[in-house]
Amino acid sequence: MANFIDRRLNSKNKSTVNRQRFLRRYKNQIKKSVSDAINQRGVTDIDSGENIVIPKKDLSEPVFHQGSGGIRDKVHPGNDQFITGDRIPKPPNQQGQGGGQGDASNSGEGDDDFTFSISKEEYLNLLFEDLELPNLEKNQLDKLIEYKTVRAGFCAEGVPSNIDIVKSLQGSIARRIAMTATKRKKLKKYHQALSDLKQDKHDHISEERELKKSIQILESKIAKVPFIDTFDLRFRNFAKQAVPTSKAVMFCLMDVSGSMDQATKEMAKRFYILLYLFLSRTYKNIDVIYIRHHTQAKEVDEHEFFYSQETGGTIASSALELMNDIITERYNDNQWNIYGAQASDGDNWADDSPLCKSLLIDKLLPKIRYFSYIEITQRAHQTLWQQYQQVMETHPNFAIQHIKDVEDIYPVFRKLFKKNTKNAA
Amino acid sequence: MITTNKKAPSKDTQRVKPLDDCPDWTFELLEQYQTEIARVAEHYRLDTYTNQIEVITAEQMMDAYAGVGMPIGYNHWTYGKKFIQTEQTYKRGQMGLAYEIVINSSPCISYLMEENTMPMQALVMAHACYGHNSFFKGNYLFKSWTDASSIIDYLLFAKSYIAECENKYGIDDVEATLDACHALMSHGVDRYKRPQKISLDEELKRQKEREEYLQSQVNMLWRTIPSANKNKEKSEDKYKLPSEPQENILYFIEKNAPLLKPWQREIVRIVRKISQYFYPQKQTQVMNEGWACFWHYTILNHLYDEGLVTDKFMLEFLHSHTNVVAQLEYNSKYYSGINPYALGFNMFIDIRRICEHPTEEDKEFFPEIAGSNWLDTLHFAMENFKDESFISQYLSPKLIRDFKLFHINDDEKNNYVEISAIHNEQGYKKIRHKLADQYNLSNLEVNIQIVDANIDGDRSLTLRYIPHKGIKLGDSKDEVLKHLHYLWQFDVKIVQENKEGEDDIIAQCPDKI
Repeated sequence: MANFIDRRLNSKNKSTVNRQRFLRRYKNQIKKSVSDAINQRGVTDIDSGENIVIPKKDLSEPVFHQGSGGIRDKVHPGNDQFITGDRIPKPPNQQGQGGGQGDASNSGEGDDDFTFSISKEEYLNLLFEDLELPNLEKNQLDKLIEYKTVRAGFCAEGVPSNIDIVKSLQGSIARRIAMTATKRKKLKKYHQALSDLKQDKHDHISEERELKKSIQILESKIAKVPFIDTFDLRFRNFAKQAVPTSKAVMFCLMDVSGSMDQATKEMAKRFYILLYLFLSRTYKNIDVIYIRHHTQAKEVDEHEFFYSQETGGTIASSALELMNDIITERYNDNQWNIYGAQASDGDNWADDSPLCKSLLIDKLLPKIRYFSYIEITQRAHQTLWQQYQQVMETHPNFAIQHIKDVEDIYPVFRKLFKKNTKNAA
Repeated sequence: MITTNKKAPSKDTQRVKPLDDCPDWTFELLEQYQTEIARVAEHYRLDTYTNQIEVITAEQMMDAYAGVGMPIGYNHWTYGKKFIQTEQTYKRGQMGLAYEIVINSSPCISYLMEENTMPMQALVMAHACYGHNSFFKGNYLFKSWTDASSIIDYLLFAKSYIAECENKYGIDDVEATLDACHALMSHGVDRYKRPQKISLDEELKRQKEREEYLQSQVNMLWRTIPSANKNKEKSEDKYKLPSEPQENILYFIEKNAPLLKPWQREIVRIVRKISQYFYPQKQTQVMNEGWACFWHYTILNHLYDEGLVTDKFMLEFLHSHTNVVAQLEYNSKYYSGINPYALGFNMFIDIRRICEHPTEEDKEFFPEIAGSNWLDTLHFAMENFKDESFISQYLSPKLIRDFKLFHINDDEKNNYVEISAIHNEQGYKKIRHKLADQYNLSNLEVNIQIVDANIDGDRSLTLRYIPHKGIKLGDSKDEVLKHLHYLWQFDVKIVQENKEGEDDIIAQCPDKI
């Protein structure tokens, strides 16, 4: 009458396709939610997904339903006080909807927001959809980079420490079998003949002696086959394989002179967060170096970078120089993918700007993958911007963008890393 | 001391070894309980489809939830949304998962959750595999509207057909078509005409033929070139479409929409068929749940009387049972209307009481069943009624008193609501009548019908809304109309008769202002 089926081991993600359909349909709303949420994260906080909020009315599936007005009859349980003919006044502001007895909302059009979580993967995919790291494909294989030793089968020669015992003994057995096969066959035949003779009623002394002698010879021949031979030895073989490095270092350069206020720094911070998240999709390990500068540059930690205030003039080249020093010292450009991001309000000592330009062109840009400069200001551009513009024209791995408000950050970021088919080719 | 008749059965049961009542279930134990439950069910003449009992995990239960009762669903974002909603509320602990889901199919598929304890599994088996299952097989609505043996095949066909369409015509177009169909899903039902039985073989065979035939028909229909000097009188004796108002909007669209592609017609048909399949369930919620609750209660008590289950088992069972059939009162913080489980369960219990121990009042109200064989009466009630008629036939004054039912009349014109009936002599019939009305689908669902498709003119489609007790059509009408417009592709409008007897347009698409 009944069959039991254990379905517990069946796949549990039957709804995955439908979930993806849902994400696909509401991509725009979800993207908006994602780009709103980016403003509230710490720089290296990437291990979590994100809560997505979508206004419920965008999600509703309309059907014809009864609206307001008219005559409504409703039966309720639990009468504790009413008698026939009782009249209960309606609350004054209510427009004829129900009797306030809990039947008011069967149309289900509340204004609550629909909140759900997406995974880290989905979150990053949405955040960086259609973006790519510039020059990545071109450079990834020619600037190679790291070697990995991998097992590459077995070979006949090698150092004793690499001997593979199992393989060697397998070889030994095979060799011994091969070298003694015919002798063993013969030996077996002799043994058979010998036992046949012994079974016989008559005596065959001489023949037996003859046979025993041959058996002895054969056995000694078999015994002479060596247990192990250099021929049997097998050594584990290793090969060096070139792997694209998965290490990247990201330099955050920021002007902390008096003209940079906390709001401007916040904007810069958000930009760095985005860059970090974006890089984390391509690289497993990312070092972040914070360099702040006024007239002098200094390497600092994250908290100091964003939150300590300094005053004084601005010499941007000091930061670039420090960056160059750190690269030479610690981050060999053969092993590291180097990215730079500079943020400033555009103020710089006028004489210093050409120096920045030449520093970039001669020293930094040949070593690094990509350098972006963002200028956060409401005012007109100054010398640094103009110099950098010239650099941008000649160097594809250099880009500058201008940010006025918080809202610009994400669009600007997208502009910087927009998929460019020309570049990719 | 205890009376002798209580002792007598206990002597008998001493020979019976009770089933293991440990909380952890095993497949062997499930099998044992199932066998006993099946035996008792047969004793009570419960006729069922073969049971297919599937043990699933909580995650799989959420998948099953998202599929709104379809074991095989086509892919659509709305199921993704339901899944995410279920997952969210479940994970936050705002909602527990149902103990079981049962599917009206042959064999009858029931899902048991892995987390349930053994007494729960027994409850669920009695409830779903014998209660619901026998209801699916016996009730006249299910008998005439659904074909349990072919539904799985049909759903499989639907899923693969829609997947194929997505490959051929793109996900976006298929999704838009499905969205439009879903908006009109509850208007894709033949309320009075019985549907043909659906079977996979025929469906596949006919599907291609139908595609071609339908398209040719539609083209013929719309080839009518309007005559140059046509006037109104003439057009009236011409072929009118539809010849009578049509309430099955999806059916009308499938057969008559001028510009739909063949595959879209097939999708409209699929949604329509699925809507039809669920139609009986909507109309028998109280009865179906009541019947299932009555039987899990009766069967497990029967096992207890036989000594097959222990006190410990019964305590846990009764705890869950009581939670399920509890009815909150109107002034409770958690009150959300009448609990169909409570109403249905108590009505079936009450019918049994009327049969076995009728009072004078019962004899007056139910002369034909008072004192009759309770099992015959119960089976008759299950087989031949739906919620509305079941309540108006069997709701007894005693139950009205037990539930302390009262009726509220809310007229828009008055600034008060009025208690028009309570649980007293004068109120019984009115309350029974009003409660039955509350389960009448034609009062709950919007009455909207296609009255005209102007095939000679601008091809506009006119629908008429007929208000029930002056209740207006809900605000979503404009949105729904957009979906209808997507399918029809010419102007659509909804009219409603005003006090002067003229038609007012209450919604149209595209919006002309």
